[in-house]
Amino acid sequence: MTGSAGLALLTPLLVLAAGALVVTLAVAVRRHHGATAALTAATFAATAAAAWAGSDRLPVDVGPLFRVSSFGLAIVAVLALAGLAVTGLTHGYLRPEADRREEVYIVLLLAALGAGALVLARHLASLFLGLETLGVGLYVLVASLRERRRSLEAGAKYLVLTGTASAFLAFGAALLFWERGSLDLRELAGGARTPLAVAALLLVVVGLGFKLALAPFHLWTADVYQGAPAPVAAFLAAVSKGAVVGLVVGQLGAAREELALPLAVMAGASMVVGTLLALLQENLKRLLAFSSIAHLGYLLVAYLAGGEHGTVAAGFYLAAYAASVLTAFGAVAALSRPGEEPEEIAAWRGLAWRRPGVAAALALALLSLAGIPLTAGFLAKLWVVTAGLDAALTTLVLLLIATSAAAVYYYLRVVLALFEAPPAPEPLPAGPLAWSTRVTLVLLAATVVVLGVAPGGLLAALAR
Amino acid sequence: MSLLVLVLLPLAGGLLAWALGGRRPAAARWVCLGALAGDLLLLVPRLRGGGWPARVDLPWLPELGIGVRLGLDGLSLPLVLLTLVLGALAVAASWREIETRTGLFHLCLMAVLSGVLGVFLALDLILFYLFWELMLVPMALLLALWGHERRRYATLKFFLFTQAGGLLMLVAIVSRALTGAGVTGRLTFAYEGLLGVPAVVSPWLAFAFFLGLAVKLPAFPLHPWLPDAHTEAPTGGSVVLAGLLLKTGGYAMLRFGVPLFPEAATTFARPAMVLGVAGILYGALAALAQTDVKRLVAYTSVSHMGFVLLGVFSLDDTAWRGVVAQMVCHGLSTGGLFVVAGLLQERLGTRDLRRFGGLWASMPRLGGLALVLALASLGLPGLGNFVAEILILVGTFRVEPVLAAVAAGGLVLSALYSLRLLQRAFHGPFAGGATPADLDLRETAALGASVLLLLWIGLYPRPLLRMSGPVVDTLLTGRGADVEAEASPPAARGEETAARSPVVVHESGHGGRSERDAGGAR
Repeated sequence: MTGSAGLALLTPLLVLAAGALVVTLAVAVRRHHGATAALTAATFAATAAAAWAGSDRLPVDVGPLFRVSSFGLAIVAVLALAGLAVTGLTHGYLRPEADRREEVYIVLLLAALGAGALVLARHLASLFLGLETLGVGLYVLVASLRERRRSLEAGAKYLVLTGTASAFLAFGAALLFWERGSLDLRELAGGARTPLAVAALLLVVVGLGFKLALAPFHLWTADVYQGAPAPVAAFLAAVSKGAVVGLVVGQLGAAREELALPLAVMAGASMVVGTLLALLQENLKRLLAFSSIAHLGYLLVAYLAGGEHGTVAAGFYLAAYAASVLTAFGAVAALSRPGEEPEEIAAWRGLAWRRPGVAAALALALLSLAGIPLTAGFLAKLWVVTAGLDAALTTLVLLLIATSAAAVYYYLRVVLALFEAPPAPEPLPAGPLAWSTRVTLVLLAATVVVLGVAPGGLLAALAR
Repeated sequence: MSLLVLVLLPLAGGLLAWALGGRRPAAARWVCLGALAGDLLLLVPRLRGGGWPARVDLPWLPELGIGVRLGLDGLSLPLVLLTLVLGALAVAASWREIETRTGLFHLCLMAVLSGVLGVFLALDLILFYLFWELMLVPMALLLALWGHERRRYATLKFFLFTQAGGLLMLVAIVSRALTGAGVTGRLTFAYEGLLGVPAVVSPWLAFAFFLGLAVKLPAFPLHPWLPDAHTEAPTGGSVVLAGLLLKTGGYAMLRFGVPLFPEAATTFARPAMVLGVAGILYGALAALAQTDVKRLVAYTSVSHMGFVLLGVFSLDDTAWRGVVAQMVCHGLSTGGLFVVAGLLQERLGTRDLRRFGGLWASMPRLGGLALVLALASLGLPGLGNFVAEILILVGTFRVEPVLAAVAAGGLVLSALYSLRLLQRAFHGPFAGGATPADLDLRETAALGASVLLLLWIGLYPRPLLRMSGPVVDTLLTGRGADVEAEASPPAARGEETAARSPVVVHESGHGGRSERDAGGAR
């Protein structure tokens, strides 16, 4: 479908693009932190609403570049809501900073635009465009607080590695075009399995694997998460990875059989490596980074399972993971001061007695990530296990179970630290939380619980 | 709906206690006792044989065939009552021990009780798993915040063991539901829906399921979390852990494990029974070697739960009656002994048995009650545990006479450790130091109640056996939970039960003949 009808289906992306322009112009006229954040938040909310409204004639191809499906729109809505949450956290986080705050929101919107385009891409060209828009936005965001050495270092690291990943992806795309004469994602798989085609597909997998930080392409994750400002790390975990997952699950379903073995190996390795490395961490941000590797492994199990169960499981897991990890990073952002984030687990000791709200939010997020019932994480895991067993992926499901059991150790360690008696010199002096942070944290925690208790709406949207 | 109220009332009480806790700790304690008493009142019409229909069936996640399905029958009822009694005992035991963050303590305690009640009532496998996991978090907090010296280590060990077991069980549950869906074409986690489906299940799946339950029970090689958790927990936590959480494992084997995986249960029967006997002997021997009072009592739990494992896998109706009785009586006697240990620690500042001695002179009331509880634990006739263990042994003897004989040897060892505990603590020369005060009225009442219940079950076990008997029979013969049936017990069913279980007839011989009275007495 082309023309205005097709364009109407891309409303979520258009809203994001327009929002980015409006915010840029507004900042050019007059810098105002609150107004910029409000405009950004409004854009994200409008995007989510547009995506959620959807359409009843889906899936529809829009030109040669995009394919709008109900699943894709649901993922875009989830990502936009995640962007909204990141905006709220960023507002509170940047308030005490001196200047250059407004640009962050513009880049945030642009990166989200790239993420949205990625989810709806049906062509290697639009995939590449989306991925690059997202990637360029991200390394600017990671390094946005440029007085901080670690932030800069993380930005540079992310730049180099994203560049490498993109190079792999581009080379794979070129080889595929040579071999198949098409860049349409649906024609990626199913052709003759010439050595060249397999090599090309593997190059594409490497490129996407870097973005998802799947083992063995995970080495950048911890350093970048640690160096990035907490709200940006949240964006990285929820939106950037979520977009690639949305693309892979929604548009690359055909590649599943073709690449079953390498993907299964990557899934298993990610679960094991992520969990083992997270066990060793004393730094909360690094812990969340390594655990994200394991969670992406779980998501890959849902993708490999395929079928209706698998797709819904992947979409739901993505939403649940996004809500939980945003809450966790939100708690970190809430207690940050300029130039200092409460990264060490030791700094969180006894927080429940001084900051019950923040401590409860973090505990809830970690329990959800650990998969304890009545949180989003439990239902998500249940769904993935059901999909995996339904597709007879017994080994992967057993790995999932084993690593989840081990993961309880590192999540619970932090939760217990929260409730310990506080040490004598208080490591995190109490200052008032920004109202935006407060509201965002409450909404995020509520989402974690609602998704764990009454997930009906999201499920309906994913399975529509 | 009433069953849902039954499950949620303790939690609601806990939340209220939490709100009150900071300013009025005493009010928080009374609120918790009130909530438990409210639950007991809800059960009164049920005990009279009538009352509300004992079912709840609400949709929750229709996409996956998960519903809020609860049922109360003769197997759940004794354990639900035990939960309420031990809950009250735990609140009473914490009355003076817990002085910091009282509100949160009671919230955690009551949340655990709600979870336990949910496990005993759930008739949907995912709901069951949900409650099973849900009681872990507040229990872990109880351990971690109010525990003794090595609480962190004990908490993590407890949580890791049970969570790993739970996740294995989850895989088994999902696979069982999926094989069921393969036959019927409709995915459901409803217990009765799955019971009716003759699905061929891989023995590995059943193994995973039983493994998850065996961790919680705990069965012999899977027990290492127990001594640490029980020892480091505050008294109220130990009571709930030993008295209730262990029972969820045994209950789930009777309710879910054997009926859902009948062939596998037969396959595993012999090795499981051997493990049960190993647990009986190992737990008893280990208890003999302890110098820490709480650790000693913890190891006796391993021993007594060995009887449960043995009885469950004898797959014999008499033994199963014994298992139900054993779960109730062990809950009461061990819960009581943990309270005794807690009181001793509170008064003497140590749990080291070597530093006790001659306490009878200054604490005759505590000594007397501890004597009865220890005698119950060693299986003295006239107290509940004797009835339970003898039923299990008789049932096992029909199937595996050798194992039954070896298990009976465990009773000798239990006499040794129980009497050693009494002799070291209460007899001999007084160890010195300040003279500890004897029990006050509240403490006497709390411990006395469990002693009286043990005596009652020991002397007149018929109501308990009649309550659980019919359900046990239906579960064993694979006809599934017959939840409504025992609400109006037909005489014929009673006769049939009695005919197949000579010991039941014998035990109840000196009881009254009127079945109505027996049902209503409780």
